[in-house]
Amino acid sequence: MAFPHRPDAPELPDFSMLKRLARDQLIYLLEQQHEVDKLYKVENKPALSSNEQLCFLVRPRIKNMRYIANLVNADKLAGRTRKYKVIFSPQKFYACEMVLEEEGIYGDVSCDEWAFSLLPLDVDLLSMELPEFFRDYFLEGDQRWINTVAQALHLLSTLYGPFPNSYGIGRCAKMSYELWRKLEEEEDGETKGRRPEIGHTFLLDRDTDFVTALCSQVVYEGLVDDTFRIKCGSVDFGPEVTSSDKSLKVLLNAEDKVFSEIRNEHFSNVFGFLSQKARNLQAQYDRRRGMDIKQMKNFVSQELKGLKQEHRLLSLHIGACESIMKKKTKQDFQELIKTEHALLEGFSIRESTSYIEEHIDRQVSPIESLRLMCLLSITENGLIPKDYRSLKTQYLQSYGPEHLLTFSNLRRAGLLTEQAPGDTLTAVESKVSKLVTDKAAGKITDAFSSLAKRSNFRAISKKLNLIPRVDGEYDLKVPRDMAYVFSGAYVPLSCRIIEQVLERRSWQGLDEVVRLLNCSEFAFTDMTKEDKASSESLRLILVVFLGGCTFSEISALRFLGREKGYRFIFLTTAVTNSARLMEAMSEVKA
Amino acid sequence: MDCYTANWNPLGDSAFYRKYELYSMDWDLKEELRDCLVAAAPYGGPIALLRNPWQKEKAASVRPVLDIYSASGMPLASLLWKSGPVVSLGWSAEEELLCVQEDGAVLVYGLHGDFRRHFSMGNEVLQNRVLDARIFHTEFGSGVAILTGAHRFTLSANVGDLKLRRMPEVPGLQSAPSCWTTLCQDRVAHILLAVGPDLYLLDHAACSAVTPPGLAPGVSSFLQMAVSFTYRHLALFTDTGYIWMGTASLKEKLCEFNCNIRAPPKQMVWCSRPRSKERAVVVAWERRLMVVGDAPESIQFVLDEDSYLVPELDGVRIFSRSTHEFLHEVPAASEEIFKIASMAPGALLLEAQKEYEKESQKADEYLREIQELGQLTQAVQQCIEAAGHEHQPDMQKSLLRAASFGKCFLDRFPPDNFVRMCQDLRVLNAVRDYHIGIPLTYSQYKQLTIQVLLDRLVLRRLYPLAIQICEYLRLPEVQGVSRILAHWACYKVQQKDVSDEDVARAINQKLGDTPGVSYSDIAARAYGCGRTELAIKLLEYEPRSGEQVPLLLKMKRSKLALSKAIESGDTDLVFTVLLHLKNELNRGDFFMTLRNQPMALSLYRQFCKHQELETLKDLYNQDDNHQELGSFHIRASYAAEERIEGRVAALQTAADAFYKAKNEFAAKATEDQMRLLRLQRRLEDELGGRFLDLSLHNTVTTLILGGHNKRAEQLARDFRIPDKRLWWLKLTALADLEDWEELEKFSKSKKSPIGYLPFVEICMKQHNKYEAKKYASRVGPEQKVKALLLVGEVAQAADVAIEHRNEAELSLVLSHCTGATDGATADKIQRARAQAQKK
Repeated sequence: MAFPHRPDAPELPDFSMLKRLARDQLIYLLEQQHEVDKLYKVENKPALSSNEQLCFLVRPRIKNMRYIANLVNADKLAGRTRKYKVIFSPQKFYACEMVLEEEGIYGDVSCDEWAFSLLPLDVDLLSMELPEFFRDYFLEGDQRWINTVAQALHLLSTLYGPFPNSYGIGRCAKMSYELWRKLEEEEDGETKGRRPEIGHTFLLDRDTDFVTALCSQVVYEGLVDDTFRIKCGSVDFGPEVTSSDKSLKVLLNAEDKVFSEIRNEHFSNVFGFLSQKARNLQAQYDRRRGMDIKQMKNFVSQELKGLKQEHRLLSLHIGACESIMKKKTKQDFQELIKTEHALLEGFSIRESTSYIEEHIDRQVSPIESLRLMCLLSITENGLIPKDYRSLKTQYLQSYGPEHLLTFSNLRRAGLLTEQAPGDTLTAVESKVSKLVTDKAAGKITDAFSSLAKRSNFRAISKKLNLIPRVDGEYDLKVPRDMAYVFSGAYVPLSCRIIEQVLERRSWQGLDEVVRLLNCSEFAFTDMTKEDKASSESLRLILVVFLGGCTFSEISALRFLGREKGYRFIFLTTAVTNSARLMEAMSEVKA
Repeated sequence: MDCYTANWNPLGDSAFYRKYELYSMDWDLKEELRDCLVAAAPYGGPIALLRNPWQKEKAASVRPVLDIYSASGMPLASLLWKSGPVVSLGWSAEEELLCVQEDGAVLVYGLHGDFRRHFSMGNEVLQNRVLDARIFHTEFGSGVAILTGAHRFTLSANVGDLKLRRMPEVPGLQSAPSCWTTLCQDRVAHILLAVGPDLYLLDHAACSAVTPPGLAPGVSSFLQMAVSFTYRHLALFTDTGYIWMGTASLKEKLCEFNCNIRAPPKQMVWCSRPRSKERAVVVAWERRLMVVGDAPESIQFVLDEDSYLVPELDGVRIFSRSTHEFLHEVPAASEEIFKIASMAPGALLLEAQKEYEKESQKADEYLREIQELGQLTQAVQQCIEAAGHEHQPDMQKSLLRAASFGKCFLDRFPPDNFVRMCQDLRVLNAVRDYHIGIPLTYSQYKQLTIQVLLDRLVLRRLYPLAIQICEYLRLPEVQGVSRILAHWACYKVQQKDVSDEDVARAINQKLGDTPGVSYSDIAARAYGCGRTELAIKLLEYEPRSGEQVPLLLKMKRSKLALSKAIESGDTDLVFTVLLHLKNELNRGDFFMTLRNQPMALSLYRQFCKHQELETLKDLYNQDDNHQELGSFHIRASYAAEERIEGRVAALQTAADAFYKAKNEFAAKATEDQMRLLRLQRRLEDELGGRFLDLSLHNTVTTLILGGHNKRAEQLARDFRIPDKRLWWLKLTALADLEDWEELEKFSKSKKSPIGYLPFVEICMKQHNKYEAKKYASRVGPEQKVKALLLVGEVAQAADVAIEHRNEAELSLVLSHCTGATDGATADKIQRARAQAQKK
């Protein structure tokens, strides 16, 4: 029961070009080198290869540089001479070269860059595969990737024409956008005169909506991600799914006909759909009973292969479903969801708090416990001091004292905070906003601004009507709105913002929401006067998530697209979920 | 027509050579050319004269003068030579003048006499002095070869990337070779030298004797040798007046000639044209010029004055005090057209056009003749080509007119050749102008390319002409006009007599926002001239703030650089500046600067976290950031310290910092951790096993699992573990141990703070239904249904649910009713429901 797109929905641009571009570039880089015979992960241990040349393909991080330095220095000690080549992706940073120099191996290695920033994971999903973006920017206040984002957007506009209308919210969004514009201006002329293929861009910072990312996902694709972890568009299904003794790596995208029909479905529908599908399949197999030889020949040569393929996929997804059901009931998934919904709606906070406490006491899972605490904090504008202390104490007792640092991180990022008396907070707020208007201080660190960051979730929720009023049962089979991705309990905030802005073609009338999001300085609209965009392209929208987006958000927007006749293209720094967010904030012992 | 070929001289049957005047020189030389060191650059390049060289002892006190002229004799520069004695002059491919001094130092000057740099040819050369030197051109650039007083050769194949090579010794060489030259074969430079009757070839490894094939006997020494422009051919002049011509590889003889003049020639150069089969050598004596080739007769010219030969790609330039001439083989196309009584299609076409202008019907006859032979296309092409080789604009015009006339009678003749030739000739005529003085031929121009020609114009500061050419040829702005404007601006900033403001304004006015012009490059040049203020002003015009940064750093305006870098949004750039600042400022100032730039600060912190932990601590200290300082020490207690004492000490520091930060919670938690660590250490000592780094919860669990219940209790009391947790903990641990007896005892120790449902759950997890049932009975009424369902008592659960009249519970039970076994129960529930609804 996949929803077909509206007949007038625009065609998506072909993004496979990006893949080819990146591949050719890499092949070129590697061919300058000699043949690559084996790939190793860069780790802090000696290289086992006996080759005369080592080539490292790394993200430009100081840690990686140290690994390489250790390796090279170990070789030097052992009297080995090899050639070393470091390929930085997507770009080289001066800091990395500094480290190589400080470690005394700058002369031994040669450096190169692989400007690969956009990986098309699916027909409508581009990922920069930069999961570290979230921690780097939202926790450490490190703006290094903003340039990379701007470059990626620039690449898109050189390939697919200019973007006539742009909106954005969040400081990072604004900075990226401005940098992108600057790049466009510098290389003026190339994109000029081209017809835009994509009519709108929407840039959004992850910190404008933490809530959605923190919720348990119940749409099939999101649930698969939460349970098995989708990596680069593919998932490792273990033996419990494949019902054999082997694990199987499966690509999950629009190519998979079974998956593409259930990916956006609420989980409760998936099983029914799959069994229906199985019956249909059986019926198709059964058709061959009444066939004569010629028909049979036709059947074998034309249909059988497709059916077999479908059969294989079907059994995989059924296996995955079973495995998910088993896991989810075991942890009392229903209770968990109920608590989450209560938090979103703001009911029975006391009970939810004690549920979380019990969760911690039972050591269910450090990441899950943390997630619930954060969800409580954000929806409630911070924890009341008593709970703040006691939950943290409990947590430290359960999961180890090193998480004291985790809490300090979460506080800095505004994910887990203490309710402070109102007046001091507004004082800080006004001070910060004054600084912010000053241009030089515009790039003030996040550490500072988060002090004043209040989530205001409850107020925003009311303003944007995020909790749908339900009369009777919410029919998950025939969703009415984007809330279906959370069982009808909550419309994802990020998606609602996008919907509202697209409707108005600006932020007009959303001033109050923007203020509540603490983004008064960072919400922007930029429309070009020229009316070269076709109506087709105006219904194509590129949504850029800075800091990651979840599959639930993708599903919700796909739904919105079907309703309104839009097509969304997603560009994210990485696909994320609650666990990844929490892990990014956690301090683990080295 | 016959008068046109008057200056054509036949050499043998197949070729004509002609000599025509390029310029009449009015350079007003005071001295004879023979009294000067002369160097003229190929491709119509400039001429350098160093008057009064040292060989004349007279007036040693008078300093020599170095003059540089354009090929038309316009003075470009004149300077007094103040350095040591010069042995040889030569022009590099970039039109820089290389002056080789006797001591082996090479001084490099620009076209306008501006000193650029100098380099030395090595110690050996310095000791033995320079006897002779040659500047030569290879595909890598320009090289210098030196013959020292010790009769050894040293050479560098590319002065741009100086690598000195000392050539091997020639065995038994006592005196200087009678003549020598550099050869360039297979991208390697060799030296060919003649000693008496012998020839030696030096490469960088060995010295080998060589003999030219078919050399006439009786040679006792070689007086002169010449290599062709492309290094393909070699000519040798012997003391018998005999000239041998062959390939430079000395494998093949082309021809020979005996001129019967035994006096050593002043100069001998090749005169050939690319893609022509004719080979000829021009030999010059004091008053005589001879062109010899594969023919029994030679062409002879009388020289009225002291002259100097400049070999070119397609001929020889000859200049003297009064004239500048060009001698070359008449190109095939011209020969075809202008040869007396030629019936070549081009010749007929030219004739036809002339008749047409005279309005004579003969035009038609000629045209028909060509067309009947089907040679009109060829005729047009011949005329176009021949026009390219003509020096006189009048002749160019009449040939082009003929071509254009012929074109009218052709269908679909592609116009590009014609148009391009017109454009090229216009450019060539412009640069050949007396005031510009670059007498390029068409072949040379094609070889040189328009880009290089533009560069040369820029080098001569002929900016307006260069821009006009760019505009005329419609070159893309980035390659053409903007590049030239940028060069102009770089020149402009060197005008020291104009004020900074005026220069900056003038440059901005002219350049505006021309694409492809980098203000930072111009600023860099200004800084190079010592005009820092001007450089900063120019940088203001640079739209890309990122581009401003490197120069600002170089000018030591690091703080300005930092704010520009931050403005650019490029963190990498910010980082570059930061590390500069770090080295430049003292620590205190550096930290203060960071303090005002939060973005830079956080970036630097990132770096320190990985590379310089101590600095990170100092940073936090300076800011009184006790919270971060505390976190820093906590991290240290895990990562840096191994010993337990060290870890506790680090934690203590952290706790102190937290107190200062008024973060009592963190301080207390840290103190708890210290206590726990000490305790875990004690436990490990006393009980064995691993306790260190377990969380409190896990420590207690481990104790219970190990049967140390008393200690566990003690620990729970010491650390004030809340009851609820303790119960969960004990319950789980005891169930894991399957110590059901102890569990039951525990359950009865007092009323459970977590209720009894967890007991049921945990027992069921261990698959102990029997024990589970025990606890199910003790579960409170709200959770009774759940408990009963857990232990599988569906019927009982149904009863309770019906009793509670709770709709949610009823459906929960119903969902647990499976298949036939619970059919009755399901019915019962349905009935109860129906009843409830009735009410």
